[in-house]
Amino acid sequence: MPVEYPSSGGLIAEHKAVRGNVGVFDVSHMGDIRIRSGTKLGGALAAVQHITMNDASRLAIGQAQYSAMLYPEGTFVDDVIVHRLGEDDYLLVINAGTREKDINWVRENTRGIDCVVEDLSDAYSQLAIQGPRAAAVVQTLTDADLSGIKNYWFTHGAVCGLKNALIARTGYTGEDGFEIYVPSDSSTSERVWNQVIEAGRGFGVIPCGLGARNTLRLESKMALYGHEISDKINVWEAGLDRYCKTEKGDFIGRAALERSKASGLARTLVGLEMIDRGIARDEYCCSNGAGERIGVVTSGSPSPTLGKNIALAFVPPTYSAVGTILYVEIRGQKHKAQVVRTPFYKRQKNTAAPQASGR
Amino acid sequence: MAYPKSYRYTKEHEWIELKGDLATIGITDHAQHELGDVVFVELPKPGAKIEAGKSFGTVESVKAVSEIYAPASGEVIESNGELQNKPEMINNDPHGAAWLIKVRVTNAKGISDLMDAAAYEAYIAEKGKETSA
Repeated sequence: MPVEYPSSGGLIAEHKAVRGNVGVFDVSHMGDIRIRSGTKLGGALAAVQHITMNDASRLAIGQAQYSAMLYPEGTFVDDVIVHRLGEDDYLLVINAGTREKDINWVRENTRGIDCVVEDLSDAYSQLAIQGPRAAAVVQTLTDADLSGIKNYWFTHGAVCGLKNALIARTGYTGEDGFEIYVPSDSSTSERVWNQVIEAGRGFGVIPCGLGARNTLRLESKMALYGHEISDKINVWEAGLDRYCKTEKGDFIGRAALERSKASGLARTLVGLEMIDRGIARDEYCCSNGAGERIGVVTSGSPSPTLGKNIALAFVPPTYSAVGTILYVEIRGQKHKAQVVRTPFYKRQKNTAAPQASGR
Repeated sequence: MAYPKSYRYTKEHEWIELKGDLATIGITDHAQHELGDVVFVELPKPGAKIEAGKSFGTVESVKAVSEIYAPASGEVIESNGELQNKPEMINNDPHGAAWLIKVRVTNAKGISDLMDAAAYEAYIAEKGKETSA
């Protein structure tokens, strides 16, 4: 996926299309790991429960959840979306940059469990169609009824003539939308891409790149590996508590997280909005009024939706209250910023129901 | 977009137009393309000294921060205040209305050694080949 598509009018136009209308992302670089039971029922669930922090036993068939795989220290191998495909059948969608590491780690850590781990990353290609009109666009391409699919649920249906494609109401933009999984051979994925663009023409769809993907996820405070989550950052620090179900039973990382909860947080993730003129960027330092360096920006950018310069940063909890004034060091100069509520942007929930056009 | 014949160009994608000892400096159309939507510009104030080859300001797009390097040494006479509120002018008219600074040049010698329009166009064409290869 390119950073931006000049034909779309650039990053800001792409970003705004997703917030106000619809955009399409080629996210075929994402990895897919399928876990099925071995000789006995229950092995797949046991494996997923052992290697991820959310409670997969709560998933119905056709449902997905945000989760993460953790090291014994309670820090991140990667964040994942776990899909329950069938009774004993799960699909974990992982990040591109961590793919090799993830699949090795999953194999390593499910060795004693009666399950079959398959790397399907090269078999599937993924397209994300995102925005308030995404459902209307996707509905024109499939026989599946999308109106019945809730957020973080999925179905299978014919898409662009491909039988039994996975269609999930998920995304990385903070907007309504779908991610569809199609065979990754280049002629098929190219044809589907072209059909989405064609079908979306009347809805104003434009191709969107990595740049808009980043600003969209940042406004919605969605974590990016290597920034808000990493092998040095634990679940509590990243503020992902509500996806971590320590009560579900043992899983890798749990013991360390329970210990660290008892000892308290050294740093926490906050949202910043620049008050002074200047753009906070990844890895810039944060300091307090006394000039002491207290934290670091994990992601920072202008926000095309808000027209402000925003950032996520790790700071000690004493600086995390909304309204706290901090300073971001930009090219040697301290620029005033304040802690604000996150997410920076939250969509209105009453997005239009998909229209059953063409049927 | 055409590259004006009366300008000289740097490898870092700045342009300079010299009239007498007064020079106008900006960034090239190629540079604004590479950056994407420009959202922020930081420029020196009148009276500031700039030095050939050294950074004198910053242009930021949504996705990137880019240092601007001085094509010549001199003293800043004026910086383009309009860019503060309308940084997107750099995307729309990089060789014209979106000039960055005007400078009284202390040594004009180096300027004629910079690339002319034809050489610069060849230079960016060559760079384009490298990245697509």
